Amino acid sequence: MDNFTFGFTITLVGMGGTLLTMWVLTLFVDVLKKFFPYRENQETGGEKS
Amino acid sequence: MISVIGSGLGSLVAGFGLLTIKNVIMIAVGCALLYLGIKKDYEPLLLVPIGFGALLVNIPLGDMMAPGGLLRYFYDSGVLTEIFPCLIFVGIGAMTDFGPLLENPKILLLGAAGQFGIFLTLALALLLGFSKLDAVAVGVIGACDGPTAIYVTSKYAPHLLGAVSVAAYSYMSLVPLIQPPIMRALTTEKERKIRMQYPHKSVSQTLKIIFPIGVTLITCIIAPKGTPLMGMIMLGNLMRESGVVSRLTKASENEIANIVTLLLGLSIGATMEGAAFLKPQTLIVLGLGLIAICLDTVAGVLFGKLMCFLTKGKINPLIGAAGISAYPMAARVAQMEGRKYDKHNFLLMHAMGANTGGQIGSVIAAAVMLSVLKGMGII
Repeated sequence: MDNFTFGFTITLVGMGGTLLTMWVLTLFVDVLKKFFPYRENQETGGEKS
Repeated sequence: MISVIGSGLGSLVAGFGLLTIKNVIMIAVGCALLYLGIKKDYEPLLLVPIGFGALLVNIPLGDMMAPGGLLRYFYDSGVLTEIFPCLIFVGIGAMTDFGPLLENPKILLLGAAGQFGIFLTLALALLLGFSKLDAVAVGVIGACDGPTAIYVTSKYAPHLLGAVSVAAYSYMSLVPLIQPPIMRALTTEKERKIRMQYPHKSVSQTLKIIFPIGVTLITCIIAPKGTPLMGMIMLGNLMRESGVVSRLTKASENEIANIVTLLLGLSIGATMEGAAFLKPQTLIVLGLGLIAICLDTVAGVLFGKLMCFLTKGKINPLIGAAGISAYPMAARVAQMEGRKYDKHNFLLMHAMGANTGGQIGSVIAAAVMLSVLKGMGII
């Protein structure tokens, strides 16, 4: 493989792949936040009703 | 009798005779690194052992890197086997609080943009005639992440390890000097004054525990070549957030990290032997490393501007510059730049979020790059 093809491919796929993977992680965290919302009484160790 | 005494005395001065000009230059470089670490406080934990390692390896007849030499043992058993960078990552994971990032996960994208310098520098290195794997090692300086740079370079271009490591750690410590002019050049005063809202909701502990497990599974399945790095950083973070192995967490962020930092620094210094290090290629690597970090900053700030536009002015583009892995320096730089134009603007928590995103991003970028290389049959 010549250097131009290699450089073009790795730059494009690398930047795109990194951005895509990070975007998947943002979705993952958003989903987690829906399933495990913050509840003050549990997190602060307060008395449970 | 006299001849025996003569040869005995001669052996005491033989080192002076074998001292080459390259050794002398590298001893001066080692002293300069020690000066930067001790006097200027630039990454002293690494520059002091690296500088001293450079002194030791350039002493004639010391044989520190010869087969059976002390530094050769450190290098072979810790760097070539990738154990040192991976153990450092356990410590980094144990020290990092991903809370600010989890509160505003969109900021993770800034951590991706902050890695674009890796790939752009790789392309530039190819244009300058570097071989494919050498270009990969040079580009990874743009990760702004010492252990990642060492991991990739020791695996695929070990002859560049000294130059790449010195560039990575030196430029990381120079982030407060490198980034501000670029941040000012790419943003308007109005943008720099944008105040960001702080989310009222916090993050549950369960989420903080599941996050490292999920990140490991998702990213390692997408880019399996990064499993050692991502696995170790997330193991450290899981230990921290679970709270059930505080002894291991404390050991990871203190004793283990300290011992490995010492041995890793010495091993890097050991690669700075005059004859191997003093080549025109080294200067080019150092130059490209600087370009890589500048390009990271440019990409991060421009992506910050894009997010500012898309969110109708809710994101301050300055935090885009914090999307690199130099933690927590890059976040502090964003905060300080913001406060220069509005003394009551507190960007630190958002910048910390982007900065921890940059830590994850740098590992993902390296993992994606290695996995693509594997897919292309280069490695």
